[in-house]
Amino acid sequence: MSTTLVETTYREAMREAMREAMQRDERVFLMGEDVGAYGGCFAVSLGLLEEFGPERIRDTPLSESAFVGAGIGAAIAGMRPIVEIMTVNFSLLALDQIINNAATLSHMSGGQVSVPVVIRMTTGAGRQLAAQHSHSLEGWYGHIPGIKLLAPATVEDARGMLWPALQDPDPVLIFEHGTLYPMPGSLAPDAAPVDISRAAVRRPGKDVTLLTYGGSLPKVMAAAEELATTGIEPEVVDLRVLRPLDDETIVGSVRRTHRAVIVDEGWRTGSLAAEITTRLVEQCFFDLDGPVQRVCSAEVPMPYAKHLEEAALPQVATIVAAARQVVSG
Amino acid sequence: MSDFTMPSLGADMDSGTIVEWLVKPGDHVQRGAPMAVVDTDKAAVEIETFQSGVVGDLLVEPGQRVDVGTPLATMLAAGEAPSAAPVSVGKAKRPRARRVPPPREAAAPVPPAVPREAEVAAAAPPAPSPPLRHHAAELGVDLASVTGTGTHGRITRRDVDAAAHRPRVSPYARRLAEELGVDLAAVTGTGTSGTVRAEDVRAAAHARPEVPPVSTEAPRSDRATIAALMSRSKREIPHYYVATTVDMHTVVSWLRDTNRDRSVAERIVPAAALLRAVALAARRMPQLNGFWVDGVFVPGEDVHVGVAISVRRGALVAPALRHAADLELPVLMQALRDLVGRARSGRLTRAELADPTLTVTDLGDQGVEEVFGVIQPPQVALVGIGRLVERPWAVDGRLGVRPLVRLSQSGDHRATDGYTGARFLATIDDLLQHPEAL
Amino acid sequence: MTMTPDQARSLVSKQIRFIVPDADLDGLPPDADLRRTLELDSLDFLEFVERLSKDAGVRIDEDDYPSLATMESCQAFLAARTAASD
Repeated sequence: MSTTLVETTYREAMREAMREAMQRDERVFLMGEDVGAYGGCFAVSLGLLEEFGPERIRDTPLSESAFVGAGIGAAIAGMRPIVEIMTVNFSLLALDQIINNAATLSHMSGGQVSVPVVIRMTTGAGRQLAAQHSHSLEGWYGHIPGIKLLAPATVEDARGMLWPALQDPDPVLIFEHGTLYPMPGSLAPDAAPVDISRAAVRRPGKDVTLLTYGGSLPKVMAAAEELATTGIEPEVVDLRVLRPLDDETIVGSVRRTHRAVIVDEGWRTGSLAAEITTRLVEQCFFDLDGPVQRVCSAEVPMPYAKHLEEAALPQVATIVAAARQVVSG
Repeated sequence: MSDFTMPSLGADMDSGTIVEWLVKPGDHVQRGAPMAVVDTDKAAVEIETFQSGVVGDLLVEPGQRVDVGTPLATMLAAGEAPSAAPVSVGKAKRPRARRVPPPREAAAPVPPAVPREAEVAAAAPPAPSPPLRHHAAELGVDLASVTGTGTHGRITRRDVDAAAHRPRVSPYARRLAEELGVDLAAVTGTGTSGTVRAEDVRAAAHARPEVPPVSTEAPRSDRATIAALMSRSKREIPHYYVATTVDMHTVVSWLRDTNRDRSVAERIVPAAALLRAVALAARRMPQLNGFWVDGVFVPGEDVHVGVAISVRRGALVAPALRHAADLELPVLMQALRDLVGRARSGRLTRAELADPTLTVTDLGDQGVEEVFGVIQPPQVALVGIGRLVERPWAVDGRLGVRPLVRLSQSGDHRATDGYTGARFLATIDDLLQHPEAL
Repeated sequence: MTMTPDQARSLVSKQIRFIVPDADLDGLPPDADLRRTLELDSLDFLEFVERLSKDAGVRIDEDDYPSLATMESCQAFLAARTAASD
């Protein structure tokens, strides 16, 4: 086993994960818009068509409902498809397939049918793609029983979450925040698959728990650094798995710090942050030293102008302010 | 309504000292609400009111020692004004026939009356209107204690609301205050709008005035009381003693298995299983569950097992685990933890001190293998539990090692005899061999 | 994150102080039996375990109780338990 680390990026790590999956398991194939000849809208599948051929890297027509449905069918028939929906915004056109077919068929058939499909989607805002192309719908999907949701926020998770997701007999949705693709990181060349059931404490602390997922993690880590310089030691929890949520790690952390700030790029109303807040109230009410704070996107369709988009999204400054508020307020 | 008087908290209590009032004049209380903390030489106990109503005047200061039966406070029916209430407003105008809520009606005539009142009682602030008095009564605010900030010092609704406002306390701070024994009323909150946070509670705990140095000797009054009780018991009660050795293997294994699936907070200790077995056995043998009074045995109305608890500072209390025969084992365990906690912080209720129908003393943790205790009159039985030890034992005809505990029973020979005691211990043993039924 | 002996000692002392506010922990030898020296009965010990488990964020089973006999063994136990979650 080699111990020299390789410099890579989140994007390359996800590509490597797909390559490894297809080498190890002949049932695995990738399908989606522009994944083949174009190399993927975000260049994640660049070079894979040349390596694996058109049977295993399949460009699909521009119809999410049709190709997600086809992917579900392929999974039922025994394949292990990776269905790439260009962004979560377009997944709305395949909602019926995901929610009414992928999530339900195993239950409705009494277990006779299983749907081991993996659906990868780019998500989030911050690249000036405006109202229709900047959604963070993880919270919405988190509402649906029958599917698992993963949000890799580190290079290690981008590399390691895909294989166990493909092995899962039930549908798994993987959300890749668009701003994370160029993120640099180092990995062992034969990096192992990672756990897909637990949240992770990215930075241990004691004064306040900062809970977040996906594209907000780098901002939260930066906020934590800044808070530490002022004598506040935050604990940062990366949720990693958005459904089912890892209550043990989440509640365990807040039980120790007594204060919680949840950073969620979705809108706060009916959000993942709202769900986690409720769980904290249910499970550690008597450990809370102040109200749970949520740092979410402003309740507006995402603006196009750069300065307005920035103002609408969680930022390091607003995260720091929220943490200060709950520690000293 | 009758006055709230000093209750009798035990057979040998003649007087008590109010340590602290838990209510103030004007407070609305429900039947059963704690009114004050009383020191009875044995323990600090909260005393409750038997009537719902409004607290009138407090007649006894903290620190005063009064006899049982002495009025401690007057009580008023809901709606009666406390004696310190301000002068009533002049004649209210007759309400109009229209169906408008009365308070709005009565408010109208007040202003004209005020100048006349103000002329007559030169410096006195105008009296609060009936609707305001009603509002104050609802919030439990004594108007006599409110300073008015309205014109001529008139008490406004905002003044009443401010007087009723209690500071907010975070859930964690509240829990911490209870654990550290900090009185929240004395804590200044530094959170937003004066909210009390955990660090405020901690600061108050550290700043507490020096508690009297903890000595290993019980205060003289406690020891004197115990001495009197024990002497009386030995003088009056002809004790008999029976003992047996109980194989605890089944209980201990069963508890180990059960506790594996339980969080730490829910784990059950062997002492709880033993108490439960005693309670169930007492229910089956009611002649051991009651009191010897004036030459006859009076059975207890239910099984309330007194648990001998050493309170730090060398004192001993034996409050009742009430209705112990009806509490499922996990519930009994939590009740036991709660009882011990409150006994140690001086927060037992009157019922808990007065009600034990028989007592259990468990000295196993102190290392003795066997204890023959002194019965607490007017009870007629006391069960002693020794240390759980691993000893050689005959198991299926061969030599094995088992966890054993020595159980003893002291009995009042006027009420029962050794045969009854022996059967009682055998019943407890039998119950302990079937822990799943506890 | 593995707990250091100092952190463990401070955590254990904190829980003990809740139960025995006047305990002299500075003079406590590291190998002294905690239950016997501090006169903790079975309920006291259970409360100690409960608080320790919650504050340290580690699971403590009944089978682990022997490992909590002395301050020394508590420190070793907590170090081992927190290392496992690295």
